[in-house]
Amino acid sequence: METLSLIPTQQKDGRFGIFGGQYIPEVLMPAVQELEETYRQTRNDAEFHEIYTHLLKTYVGRPTPLTFAKRLTEELGGARIYLKREDLTHTGAHKINNALGQALLAKRMGKTRLVAETGAGQHGVATATVAALLDMECVVYMGSVDIARQQPNVQRMKLLGAEVRAVESGTRTLKDAVNEAIRDWVTNVRTTHYLLGSALGPHPYPTIVRDFQAVIGREAHAQILEAEGRLPDACIACVGGGSNAIGLFSAFVDDEEVALIGVEAGGEGIASGKHAARFADPARGKPGVLHGTFTYLLQDEDGQVLPTHSISAGLDYPAVGPEHAYLREIGRAEYTSVTDAEALQAFQTLARTEGILPALESSHALAEAIRRAPSLPRESILLVNLSGRGDKDLETVLKALKGRGA
Amino acid sequence: MSGIKRIAQIFEKARNQQRAALILYYPAGYPDYATSLEVLKGLAQSGADLLEVGMPFSDPLADGPTIQHATQMALSQRMNTRHCLALVRELRQQGVETPVVLMGYLNPVMAYGMERFVRDARQTGADGIILPDFPPEESADFRALCDAYELALISLVSPATPPERARQIAETTRGFLYLISLTGVTGARESLPPELEAFVARTRAVARVPLAVGFGISTPQQARRVSQIADGVIIGSALIARTGEAANPVQAAVEFIQQMFTALGKEELPRFESL
Repeated sequence: METLSLIPTQQKDGRFGIFGGQYIPEVLMPAVQELEETYRQTRNDAEFHEIYTHLLKTYVGRPTPLTFAKRLTEELGGARIYLKREDLTHTGAHKINNALGQALLAKRMGKTRLVAETGAGQHGVATATVAALLDMECVVYMGSVDIARQQPNVQRMKLLGAEVRAVESGTRTLKDAVNEAIRDWVTNVRTTHYLLGSALGPHPYPTIVRDFQAVIGREAHAQILEAEGRLPDACIACVGGGSNAIGLFSAFVDDEEVALIGVEAGGEGIASGKHAARFADPARGKPGVLHGTFTYLLQDEDGQVLPTHSISAGLDYPAVGPEHAYLREIGRAEYTSVTDAEALQAFQTLARTEGILPALESSHALAEAIRRAPSLPRESILLVNLSGRGDKDLETVLKALKGRGA
Repeated sequence: MSGIKRIAQIFEKARNQQRAALILYYPAGYPDYATSLEVLKGLAQSGADLLEVGMPFSDPLADGPTIQHATQMALSQRMNTRHCLALVRELRQQGVETPVVLMGYLNPVMAYGMERFVRDARQTGADGIILPDFPPEESADFRALCDAYELALISLVSPATPPERARQIAETTRGFLYLISLTGVTGARESLPPELEAFVARTRAVARVPLAVGFGISTPQQARRVSQIADGVIIGSALIARTGEAANPVQAAVEFIQQMFTALGKEELPRFESL
């Protein structure tokens, strides 16, 4: 039986070093405290784990394979590239691991209704899916900009019985969808669980999401040992809120010889200001509080949250999970950024060499591997988290390629 | 005089007049700086007991559409923390003596600098501050700072707050305790929840400070109902909606506050004392 491990980077009271915390309206305090208490009891509860791991195996389709990208590796002529295939989970992205775990927690708390936010739609689809599975009401908030660019996922959510509510406020993207989901939660807190989609928000969410996503890292750790007899030189994952990355990293944090590399959305380039790179842009990315947590945040000098840009809806978010801020501060993880153009290029490269369409989010991680691999020795190993599949992004990709005259 | 004491006095005064204190929220910079200054001045001259000056934030989690829209408009004109403080200073310079509480969100205050903010807020003449996303668990250091500068840091409780927690929060608050009338965001409601009386009474039993009720209060009838059970009535969205649509915002604000005052007379002493 698998257990949800307490990762040693967590210090106390929902803090990761100075990052994290619970900066939320009072009306939500009892709800997060109840969630914290339920999770404390549940993480050691055999029956819960039995149900959860059974569903991961028989419904989600875990373990997902680790694929050696042979043709990509040969083309690049350097490090050996492995892909952790979260795109092969039911619903096509790592988001389902967390959605399932949290929905089971919500049931335990007697909640009958789930609200969620979504950018790319993958978390919304995952939430709508588990709501159907567990017979719960489901409302998903999505920025109207994202609704326009992620139509297939919008249709999927509706077919799954969820209500998709368009958010017209602010930048009409993920940030504003989070605001609306929290407002809904504030209003309906007695019956509703906010199924937060990334390792973000007030404590205990960053911990809960990390623990539910840690299954990615545990599997990858064992699988790479089996395939290569040793650990990789680096684990690479894209970082929007950072849930797929923290899930992968968590299993390797104690293995100091493994580099942990998070890849942010560089959009149209850091200098352009049109990006979602909290760490790569020291002029705009500074510690602050958004959506209940103290972390790195794109903001102006007055502390107003700045608009973001990424070709990938799932990375288009101004803050980053607090544990990432901590891992960077202590020097355990490194964060880079990849532009829209580089991500698009990586998308096409993987499609052509391996027959896999990666999500645009995952394409950022892949682009970083493609950037690094050629200059590395042939015996080195890069493990890339392919967090989701790219079917949902076809329209965006085709439109962007057309715009670039391809 | 300390901000805490100045705030305490308004509740004393209102109690002597057998009514609840009337507290009005208005965002700095809505629809523009000059108008917001005049509206706040008009409210003070019409006898408002306390002014809450809203400091705009791009992501106001606890606010509904009315305040969200108003603060977005203020932001679009580059309203910021420095300008909010300047507005309070100008109110004081123009002779407004009504206690002023700044209400906003944590991140802009953090960006301004926590200590610098508290110091400047006191120097400009503000008496207190409300930050709905800064619960007591996280704000102990900031509270000590506010105490040192005699700025009242006002805490909030909601109907979802268990009594024991409400008691702890009541011990941390300064000036008054802010009771959120319902589980939800700010904004006018057609009706207030039937449990409101029980919520106020429950909180009264564990708190020794004045209780002011806000969120969802929009009509004189609702204000009257709250006035009969609480020490203060807080109104924001309804005032904004009224002034935002008006040709003469100051006049609209003055008429609004007069209606509210007419409604506030207490008919009887609070029933909760016998509970």
